[in-house]
Formats: sequence, structure tokens, C-alpha cells
Amino acid sequence: MSQDATNLGADEALIKPLHRVSLKLTLLVGILVLLVVNMFIVFARQVGLGLGVTGMNHPVTWGFYIVNFVFFIGISHAGTLISAILRLSQAEWRRPITRMAEVITVIVLAIGGVHPIIDLGRPDRVLNVFTSGRLQSPLLWDVTAISAYFMASTVYLFLPLIPDIAILRDRGGKLRPLYEFLSWGYVGTDRQKRVLENGMTVMMIIVIPIAVSVHTVISYIFAMTVQPGWHSTIFGPYFVVGAIFSGIAALLIVMICFRTAFHLEDYLKPIHFSYLGKLLLIMSLLWFYFTFSEYLTAIYGNEPHEMHIVMYKFTGAYAPFFWGMVVTNFVIPVALLSSPKTRTIPSIMIASISVVIGMWLERLNIVVPSLANPRLPTDTGFYIPTFTEWSLFAGAVALFALGFIVFSKLFPLISVWEMREGESHGVKEVTDRVKSYLPGGGTQAKAQTADSGKASEK
Amino acid sequence: MPKWGMVIDLDKCTGCGACVAACKTENNVGVVSPRLSSENRSMFWMEMIKMVEGEEYPDMRVRYIPRPCFHCDRPPCTRVCPVRATYLAEEGLVAQIYNRCIGCRYCMAACPYTVKVFNWYEPQWSDERKQCVNPDVSLRPKGVVEKCTFCYHRLQIAREDARAENRPLKEADYRVACQDACPAAAISFGDLEDKSTKVYELSRSTRAMRIMEDIGTEPKVFYLSEGE
Repeated sequence: MSQDATNLGADEALIKPLHRVSLKLTLLVGILVLLVVNMFIVFARQVGLGLGVTGMNHPVTWGFYIVNFVFFIGISHAGTLISAILRLSQAEWRRPITRMAEVITVIVLAIGGVHPIIDLGRPDRVLNVFTSGRLQSPLLWDVTAISAYFMASTVYLFLPLIPDIAILRDRGGKLRPLYEFLSWGYVGTDRQKRVLENGMTVMMIIVIPIAVSVHTVISYIFAMTVQPGWHSTIFGPYFVVGAIFSGIAALLIVMICFRTAFHLEDYLKPIHFSYLGKLLLIMSLLWFYFTFSEYLTAIYGNEPHEMHIVMYKFTGAYAPFFWGMVVTNFVIPVALLSSPKTRTIPSIMIASISVVIGMWLERLNIVVPSLANPRLPTDTGFYIPTFTEWSLFAGAVALFALGFIVFSKLFPLISVWEMREGESHGVKEVTDRVKSYLPGGGTQAKAQTADSGKASEK
Repeated sequence: MPKWGMVIDLDKCTGCGACVAACKTENNVGVVSPRLSSENRSMFWMEMIKMVEGEEYPDMRVRYIPRPCFHCDRPPCTRVCPVRATYLAEEGLVAQIYNRCIGCRYCMAACPYTVKVFNWYEPQWSDERKQCVNPDVSLRPKGVVEKCTFCYHRLQIAREDARAENRPLKEADYRVACQDACPAAAISFGDLEDKSTKVYELSRSTRAMRIMEDIGTEPKVFYLSEGE
């Protein structure tokens, strides 16, 4: 391996953008850093003065922080889940996509996971969750599920990264000690390859149920209460579908941005966007189906408290956000992605941005209207976020972008060794596999397909 | 073991708000500025809520309902607390532990009666009010949730007194502040399971009802109303 390492041939393009810092990038990073610094200052002020500096009040006791918590954790489902499903189903077109998906997960999860803490009135007491935690509380389920997911997805990002780090280490350079440390002595012996691939297989199987559990228990925060608009049995799957939906959209945005910035046109081809675009379309329809079921049962049942909230969203103060959500999550993506003619990269970009906005609106539509219209009609409220919440929101998004940029400058955004594996074995493997599906297909091919993950030895 | 509960006679209540004021002083509940009040940051443990039935005069009716914490027997709020900072204590009181509360406000979101209040800022005390802070009730810091305790400190004092005098606790020993302040004697308080008490009798009267009984929270505050 170490002999090939310095000679990547055409795949040199994947390593090229690393360690290079252009003027434009410095400028962008500068702006992002400013936003992040602003976030920390504003947060310090919030801790000092109290949560009164936000727009939250009685009875709307949760606002942007919880909305963003659900939203960011939703985005995190892009990654690991999609990458694990694609790897498990041996979809060959996954190769240039999985790494980016996994990075999104880890960074967004770290940011989203902190949101409940910035929402606390007493963040200094957050460790009470460990000293006097009650497992009966859905919040504890969240703590458990999110830390498990963060752990699993970090490992799942790191394992397939090891061979690439080894390549970077062998190429030398200033950062060699870092790569040396992170590569864990990987030199690509057969045993190492086997162990690595076994590890990846175990992780991709573990990570799928964890990912599903994470967003399910986040929905349980709401669904376990008896509040109208929240107390719904379909919330678990509804949240998971929404999460994957927004996740794919975020993945597409990141892919399109870095395709242009890093000149990866030869790797991220229209076909990849076409496949993911179709997936986004399917998720959009699925999302609509869930939304339709959720609201139809409420409307048809006509229970006054439920109905009050439905009308608040349909025609009341939240009507712009509700109908905005329907347009951005359903009308725009379906209109743009249904026909192969319009399913081009620019329109996929528009659809993805629209979906990310729409899914954020959906979280807003779930959290705030129910709180603003409690069962006792005398206690209705309103919620207008202040500069504090907007600053923390902007800071969180900037932190994500910053994290992604730093990663992209340290490690290849497209898995080099997996691309090369695809180039050297992929075609033959797929041909053999397809032959084995057909009548009279060779048994040899079948055997090879069964563990094509281990097919790295010739 | 007693099970403390309250009965509020809406036919007697004049909506004067004396209970609200008495509760605020008794329990050191923060007073907020008019600006904060307009932002819905007012703090009440006992609140006078106004229910308007009907749309237009004369086909409308306004009801005033004093609302303390209902101290549910099956409280939705205690169930969701991540750190057991709110719990159903012995004798049926729903208690808050201010020193443990992390301020996640999940209990506030889960309470169907929206009775819990949050300290959005550090409570401000004017010099006059500093003079008359009740020493029996702890002051809350910013960032924690609080609510009506059924004047639990009064129970502690009453029980100590009774023990000192070597006699059982009598109904008249444990009275809550809103009850004391009510000029119309609309509020009764006592042990819901003791047949000799007034609340036992009233809570079983045909006029008695509880708010949102259908959601299964079993509140221990009863309202009396003729119903017409």
C-alpha cells in the first residue's frame, strides 16, 4: 500500500484541495468565526442575565433552541443512516457520497446535542442529569440516545477514514505527526483490512437502529405529554421521516457546494444527484403523507383543543409558517424533482435549500403553536424570538460550516481508498453479482457477492 | 396519611384578587415590571384567570376563576422531569426542589393547566419589599421553575406546633394564605380523606367539579358552582 500511496493517479484530485487556503476561504472563515464569537458573547450574556433575554415567555416556554435542537438532530440523520444503508445494500454509487454524509452527522449532532443545554435556565446544573437523572423522563431517553448516536457515528466516520489517513501520513508534510497518530499504525496488511471491514460492517448495522431511535425519542419529548397537537402516536415515524428528508437535502447542498469549490465534477456526477434527487422526491411524498394523516385525524376528530391548534396553524398567526412549510417541503421539491428534465443540479440545489427551510418551519410549527395555545384558553401566548436567539442560530449554522471546512482541509471529503477500490474491483464485482441474479448464474459469483465487502483481496 | 386539597366556591368568589395578592406576599413570588408583564413574564402562584363565554354582549358571560396549582394525584409534570426536581410528595403535594431544577421547563410544557412559572430573570426586590420578605419561604434564583406549594411551610410550622403541644394536627392549624385572605370565605382547605373536614364534605357535593377531569390528572382542587 505504501508504494501506491504516493501515486494516486487521477485520484490525486481528491487530495489536492487539502491544506490549501485561498483568500476567498480566509474571508469566509473570518465571517464564520465572527458569527461564532458573537454567539459565545450573546450566550454569555444570556447566562449572566437569565433566559429573559430571549423571546420565550409564559406559556411559550420553548422557542428557537428546542426548534433548532430538533432541526439539527434531524439534519444529522442524513449522514450515517444514509451512508450505512447504501453501504449495506452495496450500492456502488455510494462511494463518493458516504464520507460527506458521515461528516455532516458528526458535526451537526455535536451542535444539535448542545442545544438543550443552552436552553436550560441553569446550564451550570446540567450534570444533575447524571447525578439525579430519572430514566422515566423522555429527556433522559434523549441524552442516552443522542450520546449513543454521537459515539457510534463518530466511530463510523473514523473507521473508513483510517486508510485515507494512512495515505496522507505516507505522503508526509507538516501535519504528518497528526496523521501518524490518527492512522493507528494502519499500513494495509490483509489482517488490518479484514479487521477494518469487519468493524465497519458491525458499525453500519449498529448505527441504523440507533439513528432511528434518536429521532423517535426526540418526538417522544412532545408525544409523551398530553398537550393537544403533540400527543400523537405517529410522531415517532413522522419525525424520523422528516429527519431523513431534511438530512438528504442538507447532504445535497453540501455536495453541490464542495463539488464546485473543490472541482469534484468528475466524482460527483449528475447520476449521483439524480439518484439522491429521486430519494429526496420520495421523502417529500412520504413527508406529505405523514403530515396529511396527522392533520386529517385531528380535523376529522374535531376535538376542540386539537382543532384550536389546527386552526391556529391553518388560518391563525402561524398560517404563513404552516403554508410556507407546505410549499417548501412539498410543492417546490415535487414540482422540481418529478420530471427528469427539471431534475438538474441547479434545481436540485433549489429544492434542497427549500426543504431545509421547510423542515425548520415544520419544527417551529410543532413546538410553538401547541405551547401558545394550551388547554386553558385563558393562557394563550405568543413568541417572537429576540436578537439572542437569532445570534445563537446564526452561530450554530456558522459553527457547522466552519467545522465542515476545517474537516475538508484536513481530510479528503471523498473516500480515496473506497474510490480506488471501486475502480479496481467494483466493476467486476457488480458484473458478477448481476450475473448471479440471473438464471444459470455461477455459484462462484454468488459466493463472492455474499461477502463482497471482503473482496479486497484478488 | 392526609391528602391535602382545596375547594373554591365560585358562587361565593367575587373575583377581588385578594388571594392573588396574599399569595404573592406569603410566598415571596417575584413582582415584575410592567414591561416584563406585557411580555408575559408575570409570576403568579395563585392567578385570577378570566374566562369569557360567548362572543358579544349581552350574549356573553365572564367568569373569574382563582387558579392555584392543582396538585394532581397523577401529575403530568412530575412524570417528565429529568432530575426529579418536581415530584409527588407524601400527603399528595406536588413539590419543587429549586436547588436541583436545571430549568429545562419540560414540566411547564407538560402541565395542561399551565400553572408553573419560570424565573426569566433574577427576581428584583424593591427596598420596601425587602423589609417584608417572608422568612419561612426560600427565595428562588433565576432560571428555575416554581409554583404553588399549598403553603407547605405553614404545614411544617403547624405540625411542629402540634408536636410541641403534644396533640394531633387540627384542621384549623394548617390554613393556606389565599384562604386566610379571602373576604368571601370562598376558599376551603384541608384533608380530603378526613370525613370531619369541610373540604371532605364540599368536594363531594353535587356542585363540585374539577377542571379537565377527562385527561386523568385527578387534580386536588375542586370548584363549586351551581351550574345553572
